[in-house]
Amino acid sequence: MIKRFLALLLLFGIGAIFITLLLGYTPDTELNLTARYYADHTAQDLGAANIITAIIVTYRGLDTLGEVTVLFLTAAIVGLVLAHNRQHSGAGQRELPPSGELLTTGSRLLVPLILLLGVYIFINGHLTPGGGFQGGAVIASAILLILLTEPTKRFSHRLIAALESISGLFFVVIGVFGIFLAGGFLDNRILPTGTVGALFSAGAIPIIYSFVGLKVGAEFSSMLANLSETEEP
Amino acid sequence: MSTLMLAMSLLFACAMIGAALVAIRGKSLPIAILAAGLVSLLASILFLILAAPDVAMTEAAIGSGLTVFLFFFVLGRVRGGEHD
Repeated sequence: MIKRFLALLLLFGIGAIFITLLLGYTPDTELNLTARYYADHTAQDLGAANIITAIIVTYRGLDTLGEVTVLFLTAAIVGLVLAHNRQHSGAGQRELPPSGELLTTGSRLLVPLILLLGVYIFINGHLTPGGGFQGGAVIASAILLILLTEPTKRFSHRLIAALESISGLFFVVIGVFGIFLAGGFLDNRILPTGTVGALFSAGAIPIIYSFVGLKVGAEFSSMLANLSETEEP
Repeated sequence: MSTLMLAMSLLFACAMIGAALVAIRGKSLPIAILAAGLVSLLASILFLILAAPDVAMTEAAIGSGLTVFLFFFVLGRVRGGEHD
């Protein structure tokens, strides 16, 4: 009874806060100071058509490095926790019913297209919406589709780990290059910025975002592969 | 924002609340998973209407793609076990 009352009270409290926020909301007629700086300077300073990507990869590049590290730690911990009851090949595997015709044929058609879309998203991160994180998640969903179709399929953990480590290493190395060749850590102007809107523009942003995409894709894939290879306790 | 956009946003918001209720109250687990995915999908459309395509992409890829797949995967795992 008292629990229900408290829940209702909390609900009304949150509702009151949101309603006052909504009633007091007046849309800005012009960009505020920070937003104006980014809108005015991104294209000519960094050469990126997508301002959000420029903020994520260059202006706030250190935060992205932190995010990637958090994701890496998560993948590592999932691997550590699940390593104990890893299924040994052949021993005691139960027979799974074969996947349906629809799933098998559909995944054969869709997996290459989804992989291609993921790569497209992170290569064009500086031009169109999206980038490394979105592209990596799309790539991982293709891997998941393979695992759904063929639950006993095994991926090479060594390959995934190598891909992940090399991408992370190159991300940091490019960032360090920025200290010596340009303005600071993760500065993208170590390469010519080129013309705004071209594929080879915005300096190191496409390269960094491609590595981030590969890293995120490899991390999600390793988590999924670990989950699928674990046997029930 | 035009009237059409406003009407669409309201429609999507109502559909989101409905889908969330189905996800919580529904008896069938697969339908609950699909409804939770629908909430994410509608949220990503709302983000797109609010002019945030990057966030919409993340929400669509992770919220309604990866999570739904993962839930079905785990559901199959739980059902397939001999002792559950």
